[in-house]
Amino acid sequence: MYRRRPSVRVRLPFLLGLLLVAATATGCAGEAPSTLSPSGPKSDVAASSWWILFGVAAFVCVVVIALTVLAAIVRRRARTVHDNDAKGFVLTFGVVIPALVFGGTFVLSVMGLQRTSHPQTDPDTTIQVIGHQWWWEVRYGDGTVTANEIHVPVGQPVEVTLSSADVIHSFWVPELMPKMDMIPGRVNHTWFTADKAGVYHGQCAEYCGLQHAHMGFDVVAEPKSDFDSWLADQGSDAATPTSSLASRGMDVFTSTTCATCHTIRGTSADGDVGPDLTHVGSRARLAAGAIPNDRGHLAGWIGNSQTVKPGNRMPPQHLSPDDLQAVVTYLEGLT
Amino acid sequence: MTATREPIASGDVAADGVLPERALAEAAVGDRLKKAWEEEPGLIGFLTTVNHKRIGRRYLVTAAFFFMLSGISALVMRTQLVSPNNDIVDPDLYDQLFTLHGTAMIFFFATPMNNGFGNFFLPLMVGTRDMAFPRLNALSYWIFLFSGLFMFASLPLGMAPNGGWFAYVPLTRRIDGLNLDFYSLGLLFLAVSSTVGAINLIVTALKMRAPGMTLNRVPVFVWAVVTQSFMLVFALPPLDVANLMLFLDRRFDTRFFDTSKGGDSVLWQHLFWLFGHPDVYIIVLPAMGIISTIIPTFARRPIAAYPFVVLATVATGIISFGVWVHHMFAVGLSEVSQTFFAAATLTISLPAGIQMFAWIATLWRGRVVINTAMLYALGFIVAFVMGGVTGVMFAVVTFDQQVTDSYFVVAHFHYVLFGGAVLPLLGGLFYWWPKMTGRMVNEKGGIWSFVLVFAGFNLTFFPMHISGLLGMPRRIYTYDGDYGWTVWNALSTAGAYLLGAGFVVTALVFVESLLRDRKAPDDPWGSNTLDWATASPPEHYNFPVVPTVHSLNPLWDGRSLPSMAEHRFEDQRTMTEEHMALRTSELDARVETVMPMPGDTIVPLWVALFLTAGVVLLLVGAYLGAAVAGVGVAAVVTWWLWHRPAVE
Repeated sequence: MYRRRPSVRVRLPFLLGLLLVAATATGCAGEAPSTLSPSGPKSDVAASSWWILFGVAAFVCVVVIALTVLAAIVRRRARTVHDNDAKGFVLTFGVVIPALVFGGTFVLSVMGLQRTSHPQTDPDTTIQVIGHQWWWEVRYGDGTVTANEIHVPVGQPVEVTLSSADVIHSFWVPELMPKMDMIPGRVNHTWFTADKAGVYHGQCAEYCGLQHAHMGFDVVAEPKSDFDSWLADQGSDAATPTSSLASRGMDVFTSTTCATCHTIRGTSADGDVGPDLTHVGSRARLAAGAIPNDRGHLAGWIGNSQTVKPGNRMPPQHLSPDDLQAVVTYLEGLT
Repeated sequence: MTATREPIASGDVAADGVLPERALAEAAVGDRLKKAWEEEPGLIGFLTTVNHKRIGRRYLVTAAFFFMLSGISALVMRTQLVSPNNDIVDPDLYDQLFTLHGTAMIFFFATPMNNGFGNFFLPLMVGTRDMAFPRLNALSYWIFLFSGLFMFASLPLGMAPNGGWFAYVPLTRRIDGLNLDFYSLGLLFLAVSSTVGAINLIVTALKMRAPGMTLNRVPVFVWAVVTQSFMLVFALPPLDVANLMLFLDRRFDTRFFDTSKGGDSVLWQHLFWLFGHPDVYIIVLPAMGIISTIIPTFARRPIAAYPFVVLATVATGIISFGVWVHHMFAVGLSEVSQTFFAAATLTISLPAGIQMFAWIATLWRGRVVINTAMLYALGFIVAFVMGGVTGVMFAVVTFDQQVTDSYFVVAHFHYVLFGGAVLPLLGGLFYWWPKMTGRMVNEKGGIWSFVLVFAGFNLTFFPMHISGLLGMPRRIYTYDGDYGWTVWNALSTAGAYLLGAGFVVTALVFVESLLRDRKAPDDPWGSNTLDWATASPPEHYNFPVVPTVHSLNPLWDGRSLPSMAEHRFEDQRTMTEEHMALRTSELDARVETVMPMPGDTIVPLWVALFLTAGVVLLLVGAYLGAAVAGVGVAAVVTWWLWHRPAVE
């Protein structure tokens, strides 16, 4: 019996379509910071736009590819050639129908802009985020300063002002808000709302030099009461060391080069080159998301951060093993 | 309606594959022309030739070489990204690789590759004997070669550009080392080549078309090349200015981009994309012109809706200058300007739709012959529609902000640039190979080339849509295993190797063709355009007798080709004394005069060498030496202008 083998061109788009479906499934199920699992109104707009666009795009692709492949197959054996100039066909499919589709796309675009330009209620919380090579300085309206971990009250719009201390960075939390660049000499204002409590991964999206890959941050969305107490904690001065080891750590920290770059409020360390470490022990990750915040990683980072994140601005610290243990103990206690 | 011909129809081609009309013409004047157009053999000839076919071939070979280097750098990157937290390359090298890959693919492969085809085939298609400015043509090739070598020399020195191919300030202003100076100087240097090359192609197409080739009989490929050339002339200045300012900022501490002193970092982006978006079409338009050449030949019908296709080509060129801000939707510009550029972005998709459906209509009207060139053309349509629909998506600003600078964009522009340019260029290579080399390729090998390249291309770039939607930013040298990106990256890497294998097979197919002796006839495909009315490969003088063109499809109309035989005793059409070519009017190609054309000369090479010296001296900071080299350039150019062919 005669069976036509599907051609490569027919099979590929089909397979690729399957892949896409599979991808979407993993995107929802996995831990990916996926644009397709939105948790806030802005990413919602982008995701719902995507599904509309994807539907239309898939349809257009199928039609065009089918017309092309069929033409190649059918017209191979054809005896006749057609004499018309096909201007009507080209105008209809190449101009009129696309113009209608593009008109719809434009409406979608404008509606999306409208829905994302302002939050429905005025934000209570304002967060200033300043990009650095390669970490995020985070300042709250009440003067609280932290880094690389942004806490927000769930379900409430948060105003974000974005700027940069050196080169262009871009603020992106795929599940919460599309990108907004952080440009030296400019301040960009934006906002987002987290609809669900959780931890959302964010990352710099504009190439900013050697460690662009390791410029991540977390957005922690939590109930208002938790957020308020977190903010109060972060606003307070650093905890006083409770053990002699930690006290020694504090002495080492404030008397060596650590203090020239880092601030620990409540001590004499007031450097402003690196992240504020007043409550570093409370953060889940170190080095803008590069490593988890535990004793081993912290010690390794202080000893020689260049092996972890080559090119970052922190030079290796030549501390004695005892001093290193003391500093790690001290910093871990800064919750 | 014109009649079509079958490929290698026995009736009208002599046994040795020579078109009978050309055989008659060659018999009448061939010997005299061979003598008049003879070139120096050996190295001297190699260095002094101004022949557009040799230069075109060099463009193709050199661009293919740079393509290979950039492709290998991509393979290294894909190897690094095959799994999370890899350390095959360090971040410093990775940044150089992706910057060089992008910069070289855009500037030193795609545009010059198009230029190679334009150089070789535009004069043939319009029925003339050389480019309007043959010596300028040689100059633009030498500059292209030297600027490409200059750019690639940075990699073994460990100083390759590392600011991304669009080199955003202030990052690129702050990076120490020569990396970004290689970038700005290399691109400024290359721009000289692109600009003079573009002007040359424009003038050739406007002033040297065979008698009778009125504007409505100009092949779509020629329209595309001319449109592209006009675009280059207008798009390069903003890029040149930007690169000059970057160089001055870096070397002389000017403050164009220094925000702390009132400079503006967004200015670079406007200037760059004012060049950069037209550049997409600078790359894609000639490639689409190749498609509009291949499809009618193998559908055995003239292109459908020719006037619309031409209008669409020209409209694309114009509109492309008004869409650049869609590369900057995350910059924080006003919503009014975002809305405007969203609309413009949609508008520019219309001309592409016109061409797409004109090709489909052409296929449906004809009887399709499938071979390697045609497979690449069909593969192009599939890839280009997929790259096109994701392009339209960027007009939805919120969605654009979500996926810009992610792997989704990487997927999109590879569908547009690889699908929209590399596939047609490969198609063009298979299509014109018999004309360029006089040899046929092994069709079975060609089909393997297509299957591997097309499958590898899709497997490499399709998964990037997904990794992008899953939140993977571009230009990261490594990633964490927690984010669900691993499998898509592994697939992309597998695809990249498949693609690499496809290119190895493709290269082998061409090498095999050169080693075997399958002689190509004048017109193996039964094509419709004048390039196939020449010998395979063409004689130095292209056409023994310049034909009169009676239609858009001169080889199918039954009148244009015989005119070669009819005019074979007319001096004005044969021009057997010295190098000469016909000058005709811009709109309706009426004969104006017979122009003397320059012969072989080493002068362009000297200009290029002095320029190279100047650029290298600027790079190392020997500004006085650079000024001396500049004087050298001026001196040689003066000598050059003194020795015009008409004066000699």
